[in-house]
Amino acid sequence: MREVAIVGIGCTKFGEMWDKSFRDLFIEAGLMALADARVSGAQIEALYGGNMSSGIFLEQEHVGALIADYSGLTANNVPSTRVEAACASGGLALRSGVIAVASGYHDVVISAGIEKMTDVGAEKAMDALAAAADREWEAAVGATFPGLYAMMARAHMHEFGTTREQLAQVAVKNHYNGSMNPRAQFRNRITIETVVNSPLVADPLRLFDCSPITDGAAAVVLVPAARAKEFTDTPIYIKAAAQASDSISLHDRRSLTSIDATTVAADRAFKMTKLQRSKIDVAEVHDCFTIAEIMAIEDLGFFEKGAGGPATIAGETAIGGKIPINPSGGLKACGHPVGATGVKQAVEIVEQLRGDAGKRQVDGAEVGLTHNVGGTGGTVVVHILAR
Amino acid sequence: MTVPRFWREIPNRYNLVGTKCENCNTYYFPPRTICPPCRRKGLIREYAFEGSGEIVTYTTIYTAPETFTKITPYVLAIVQLDEGPKLTAQIVCDPSEVKIGARVRSVFRKLGEDGPDGVIYYGTKFTLA
Ligand SMILES: [Zn+2]
Repeated sequence: MREVAIVGIGCTKFGEMWDKSFRDLFIEAGLMALADARVSGAQIEALYGGNMSSGIFLEQEHVGALIADYSGLTANNVPSTRVEAACASGGLALRSGVIAVASGYHDVVISAGIEKMTDVGAEKAMDALAAAADREWEAAVGATFPGLYAMMARAHMHEFGTTREQLAQVAVKNHYNGSMNPRAQFRNRITIETVVNSPLVADPLRLFDCSPITDGAAAVVLVPAARAKEFTDTPIYIKAAAQASDSISLHDRRSLTSIDATTVAADRAFKMTKLQRSKIDVAEVHDCFTIAEIMAIEDLGFFEKGAGGPATIAGETAIGGKIPINPSGGLKACGHPVGATGVKQAVEIVEQLRGDAGKRQVDGAEVGLTHNVGGTGGTVVVHILAR
Repeated sequence: MTVPRFWREIPNRYNLVGTKCENCNTYYFPPRTICPPCRRKGLIREYAFEGSGEIVTYTTIYTAPETFTKITPYVLAIVQLDEGPKLTAQIVCDPSEVKIGARVRSVFRKLGEDGPDGVIYYGTKFTLA
């Protein structure tokens, strides 16, 4: 197996992009990544596109061919593959590209994530997201996606004494970080009061506990580490690309207060790198809801089980804290175009490790981690990146 | 969901019929045709659950898709049946009455409907015992 490096990154602004289509978003992110890597279209050997639900959002499938076509790659008949694992589609597209390069099948590969969510109304978007759960035995009886995470929040509060304010602080911190990210959907700073006074969506989760509906795309250029310096002076190396599955339904899980697939994927990733958890300088984790970030920092092994809430309130996950979490603003403030999120996380970590993250830079970051969750934990992808 | 897709599972949805693996005595609801620990050694039979259980966790849903908008807010829970398996279901009660550990009993109820002229869905909900 060959080591793989990221030599180029691109990411659109995240938000409600009324004037941009699915293909526009992909092209924008893809061209940025190519320019960053100083790669021409003719050098690209394969394309992996993470996308959750173009079928429901756009009534368009076969988007692998679509993105290859509109980025001008059909001239070389470049193989282009759509990858889907609900909200972990982007992370899985990245891992698919890494495997393609590591195996020696391809040398220059684009891994991208794209989601165009705002062409449908909020109710339709909500129904599309519910497709990440078990349609027949969760959604059909009235479960919504926020409702499933609300049940995890309730169980976590019951078991560990996690508080309403601790949940809210996740959103407060992520909005603060987002205010320093020019790509973020929300750049306004909020307070705990903003969160606890926002409307209930699924008790105990309120509107400001939830990540938004977002349009956006992100892309990275992958090459064998041995060739990285041909493309850039600042390659970022992929030290681990791990993935784990679990039951699609929340009710079939061993635990309702941990996401086991996170623990397993993280264990696999750390085993590959032979690194201790304490070596991670910065992480982008899957905060689709505030409770999800608290569970993630525990399940990844950064904090003991039950210590995630208190650590968040104490500022240990803020930029400048013990382990800065979601400097991009996370899914909550940067936005959550579901299929793009996993790739955006890698773009953010690459910027952090290059020292290019501007006001939200984590000082001296050398090793970073990304954590991308599909559904309520049926799929988890963890990457570890290093300078 | 489409009519055939719902109709196919009516015995399961109306009467809480799941499955049981006779090889390892594990009960499944929703029904499974493969017992994960036993796989090909498993011996799957239909099993009608007693309908008693306990609330493991819950939420009150305030924002719901179209099928359920008429009944918001409603209580949704994960219920562990006395035979062992856990399932997701609505609890017919006031949001202030529900708590973790509460005993519940299954009841046959209307679940939701696809608009004023659409299909009406029935299935199993639970009441506080
Ligand atoms: Zn069995």
